[in-house]
Amino acid sequence: MSLLEVKDLKVRVDEREILHGLSLSVNPGEVHAIMGPNGSGKSTLSHVIAGKPGYEVTGGQILFRGEDLLEMDPNERAAKGVFLAFQYPVEIPGVTTWNFLHAALNAQRKARGEDEISSPAFLKKVREVAKSLNIPQDMLKRGVNVGFSGGEKKRNEILQMALFEPAVCILDEMDSGLDIDALRIAADGVNALRSPDRAMVVITHYQRLLNYIVPDVVHVMSKGRVVKSGGKELALELEESGYAQFEDAA
Amino acid sequence: MPAVQETVERVRRIDVDQYRYGFETLIESDKAPKGLSEDTVRFISAKKNEPAWMLEWRLEAFRRWLTMTEPTWARVDYPKIDYQDIYYYAAPKPKKTLSSIDEIDPEILKTYEKLGIPLREVAILEGVEPPPGGAPSANRKIAVDAVFDSVSVATTFQKELKAAGVIFMPISEAIREHPELVQKYLGSVVPTSDNYFATLNSAVFSDGSFVYVPEGVRCPMELSTYFRINERNTGQFERTLIIADKGSYVSYLEGCTAPQRDENQLHAAVVELVALDDAEIKYSTVQNWYPGNSEGKGGIYNFVTKRGDCRGRNSKISWTQVETGSAITWKYPSCILRGDNSSGEFYSIAISNGFQQVDSGTKMIHLGKNTSSRIISKGIAAGKSQNTYRGLVSAHRKATGARNYTACDSLLIGDKCGAHTVPYVEAKNSSATFEHEATTSKISEDVLFYCIQRGLSQEEAVGLVVNGFVKDVLQQLPMEFAVEAQKLISISLEGSVG
Repeated sequence: MSLLEVKDLKVRVDEREILHGLSLSVNPGEVHAIMGPNGSGKSTLSHVIAGKPGYEVTGGQILFRGEDLLEMDPNERAAKGVFLAFQYPVEIPGVTTWNFLHAALNAQRKARGEDEISSPAFLKKVREVAKSLNIPQDMLKRGVNVGFSGGEKKRNEILQMALFEPAVCILDEMDSGLDIDALRIAADGVNALRSPDRAMVVITHYQRLLNYIVPDVVHVMSKGRVVKSGGKELALELEESGYAQFEDAA
Repeated sequence: MPAVQETVERVRRIDVDQYRYGFETLIESDKAPKGLSEDTVRFISAKKNEPAWMLEWRLEAFRRWLTMTEPTWARVDYPKIDYQDIYYYAAPKPKKTLSSIDEIDPEILKTYEKLGIPLREVAILEGVEPPPGGAPSANRKIAVDAVFDSVSVATTFQKELKAAGVIFMPISEAIREHPELVQKYLGSVVPTSDNYFATLNSAVFSDGSFVYVPEGVRCPMELSTYFRINERNTGQFERTLIIADKGSYVSYLEGCTAPQRDENQLHAAVVELVALDDAEIKYSTVQNWYPGNSEGKGGIYNFVTKRGDCRGRNSKISWTQVETGSAITWKYPSCILRGDNSSGEFYSIAISNGFQQVDSGTKMIHLGKNTSSRIISKGIAAGKSQNTYRGLVSAHRKATGARNYTACDSLLIGDKCGAHTVPYVEAKNSSATFEHEATTSKISEDVLFYCIQRGLSQEEAVGLVVNGFVKDVLQQLPMEFAVEAQKLISISLEGSVG
């Protein structure tokens, strides 16, 4: 059984169909890249998997370990192990990163029927995780993403990924707004979290990111469908010939 | 359903069930006849065994009140109050004269226990977790004065306060035992002619707290008063007078609750603070009067006059308020910066939900030289509530070097509520520096979704965002109460008992 199975998914936003029957199957340990031009529905897919309000699913299914994901509230999906690294992480003034992460982790643990983790134990854990990712401790004391640079925001996403230990990570345009050094650092963080039990879905416009996070499978999206799938070499091919060749296929 | 929409729905569903303090204590009480007349004033004064000068003071206020009309300028809307349909005095019927706390009616003690207020002389320590990296909670004690309907039922830690020279007692006792202090200061900050509700209070106030901190004394503990309205159709008119003599310091906190009732109840309090040279008074309020039910029925009318006078040089008065209750709040804790180099502060969190109406803010009146003031106001409106900040900052002609900083932030939850900011700024002096900043924002769907994607429920997410929004003000509260206030904020907005 696949870890994440998207079957013939049809999604509308404000009466307009964005995804017209998209299918995708992701196994544990795999890294999938989803590439495609602007407006092809990449971000819509990531939002629907995570359960963002405002999207109407008119057909198809999303199964996570065989369970119907679309029946679950977004926080329930998070507790089950679905993680979305946001393209634009939001700022939450007055709430320290430390406090936010503690509240979120305990909410997930509670939902899974596990004991809540105490403040001192959590502090120890989050410090260890931050250290392993070379994230400075003072970031934990600052307001969530408040005044963070683009690179810091993405590293905060990766820190959360490491802390919550999700089964599926969706990385939505992780490379946007990052310079080459920041991109490398972020990619190193993601690579450190690759494991045989965890799957990743990397959404991006550009092949560049895939030089650092090397995928097992590459899908090309156009006009709300996956039009071609292949190995990592497909990304290189795209880089040379562009997306235009797929426009007709869609 | 979009995230914000769902939050709005949930907030709308919040009902009286969420008001944890809505129980009633069945107890025999001694009431004045209903209605207001000179006889009522005489009755109250006689009940309190007051000296003649006090009765005269009350009667003068009453006669003045008869000539006044109720103010209508606040952005609040309520049916006309029938002042003859209210009991102005209700006291738990004493079985005998009390000489110690053990003789208080156990029903009243139980009430305070239910409210989480220990009247036994114990330090409040339980349930407070130190913040990460923060200093562990010191062994702090809090002296409590409890006012039940119209009378004070218990004041704790009397001996320790006495040793420090601090007077902390019901004002009714202070009138008898320290008439020289009361006569000198009562009405010196809020005169009997001040405004409709303050004048009414002057005529019929029944009890409240009195604090005097002598020269050079740092009050050894937090002082606290808990007000509880229990009787039906009863108004509560408490009067608080705090005097910090030269070079002294005192921190005072008041908390308020009331049972759920269908009819509205009037609460018209007056608080006067006097800070002499180099003295500092910190006054904190956690106001959680019954706000009415989900249809807007019932609830307390909270029409309160609070004013501090920085009478001496280098004196300081700081108001911190967390306002979550009451059907209507009409309240402007203010500072008169009379002494040179004196400073005033106002930190406020005002939350309105359901059909609540809040019109609150402050006045900073700069009279002395080089005076400074700071206003941080956080208004949060949800449901169908209206939340107004109304403030005045003024610099007198002689107030050279006056400085003020004002920041008013409003947060809206849903689209049926309103937030309004009405700032008045008057500088009659060209050397004054006044800064004013104001923002209004909504909790965005993106912020909520981000939190929820990380595993938090809708309610937890709103609570977290709101607590972040009010953090600057929460930090001003004594730590024990900051924890309490944080919980209260979550309860009043989310319907999930923390």
